[in-house]
Amino acid sequence: MKKTDVVIIGAGPVGLFAVHQLGIKGLKAVVIDNLDKAGGQCIELYPDKPIYDIPAVPECTGEELTQRLIEQIKPFNTQFFLNERVDEVRKDNENWIVKTNNDHQFIAPNIIIAGGVGSFEPRKLSLKEAEKLEGKSVFYAVKNKEQFKDKKISIFGGGDSALDWTLELSKFSKITLIHRRNEFRGAQHTLSELRKLEKSGRVSIKTPCQIDKIENEKNLKSISIKFDDGKTENIPTDIILGFFGLIMKLGPIAEWGLNMDKKTIEVNPENFETNKKGIFAAGDICTYPGKLKLILSGFHEVALASVECFKRARPNEKYRFEFTTSSKTIQNRLGKK
Amino acid sequence: MAKITYIDKDKNKKIIEVADGLTVMEGAVQNDIPGIDADCGGSMACATCHVYVQDEWFNKIEKATDAEQDMIDMAYEPKKNSRLSCQIIVSDKLDGLVVTTPEKQS
Repeated sequence: MKKTDVVIIGAGPVGLFAVHQLGIKGLKAVVIDNLDKAGGQCIELYPDKPIYDIPAVPECTGEELTQRLIEQIKPFNTQFFLNERVDEVRKDNENWIVKTNNDHQFIAPNIIIAGGVGSFEPRKLSLKEAEKLEGKSVFYAVKNKEQFKDKKISIFGGGDSALDWTLELSKFSKITLIHRRNEFRGAQHTLSELRKLEKSGRVSIKTPCQIDKIENEKNLKSISIKFDDGKTENIPTDIILGFFGLIMKLGPIAEWGLNMDKKTIEVNPENFETNKKGIFAAGDICTYPGKLKLILSGFHEVALASVECFKRARPNEKYRFEFTTSSKTIQNRLGKK
Repeated sequence: MAKITYIDKDKNKKIIEVADGLTVMEGAVQNDIPGIDADCGGSMACATCHVYVQDEWFNKIEKATDAEQDMIDMAYEPKKNSRLSCQIIVSDKLDGLVVTTPEKQS
């Protein structure tokens, strides 16, 4: 079990800035996120979209904002636990014990939940049969491409993941690419490669259509797809790969006994503490009168929460408010001389 | 101002007067219409305000942008008449609009 001052759940912009606000106060934090990289919605949903309302930054993309925040918290050498979801939170006297689905355990007096709208999970096919076959012959990610060698694979989706895996897996398998409309969204180079593969017969493209039926649900043999004009077609298939993007699910947070309002956590706007002492919520996931779901609001929220975290983590020390411009202590923590 | 009819998956109808300039999503969320989650708050970054626009209205409203179509790819059971309700801006011209929410959003 790892001991720390604060466990931050969520590596989006607000979680990252929390590291900074805690770090300049001399507090250690760890960050846990279900995605494989830091940045949250900024990196997963709109890496290329410009943001115009970060104070003093007239324009930056979600990716740039993430990079700058990571740069800003470098001096604190914070440990990140990515691809991990917090499953369990339980009390241990004045501390909280946090357990992830990867069996990592942390003990800390404070938790800051900066979880946005919850954890990202792949959107799945809505057919019941697909659920039964998941992990056997229906997949939403490629972890080991060896298992897809010499198979008949039906790939669903029209974005980068669907296109990239079509190109990659077509090297050793027969691919049918199926999409609900005629347009694909991908780099020009990828699209022209795809057309080449279609011409050579290595990839067959079916649009505009969607999955209609899965045959032999115990042992996938074929699927039936339905075109917009109502026609159906049978496609021999061993493996279904679905790339419909990610959706956000609140997940286990709902079970931690926190006061909730729909999918958000109620907090005290003085310190962003929830109804549980030592558990804080900030950013899109918290709610209070007048709450605005803006990144800049989240920055303010973690700044205030970090003060309360200090008091709980250092009960015998007095909290002193200091400016980064003038405090030698803070400048040392930032590695400035 | 436009009267907008929201029909949920169980065919329950609710007619709401929505002020000009709001989106069809905001009209739903502010009036507790079920079936529209709008997780991202209207920034076209998710697909959880997905609705089916009644056919006779579908061609009357402004067409979806490419970016919206890309997001609809990720919606639950998209159809030809799928739109993101956060991208439909209400005006007098939309008086009588009918949208149906999908079986679920995520």
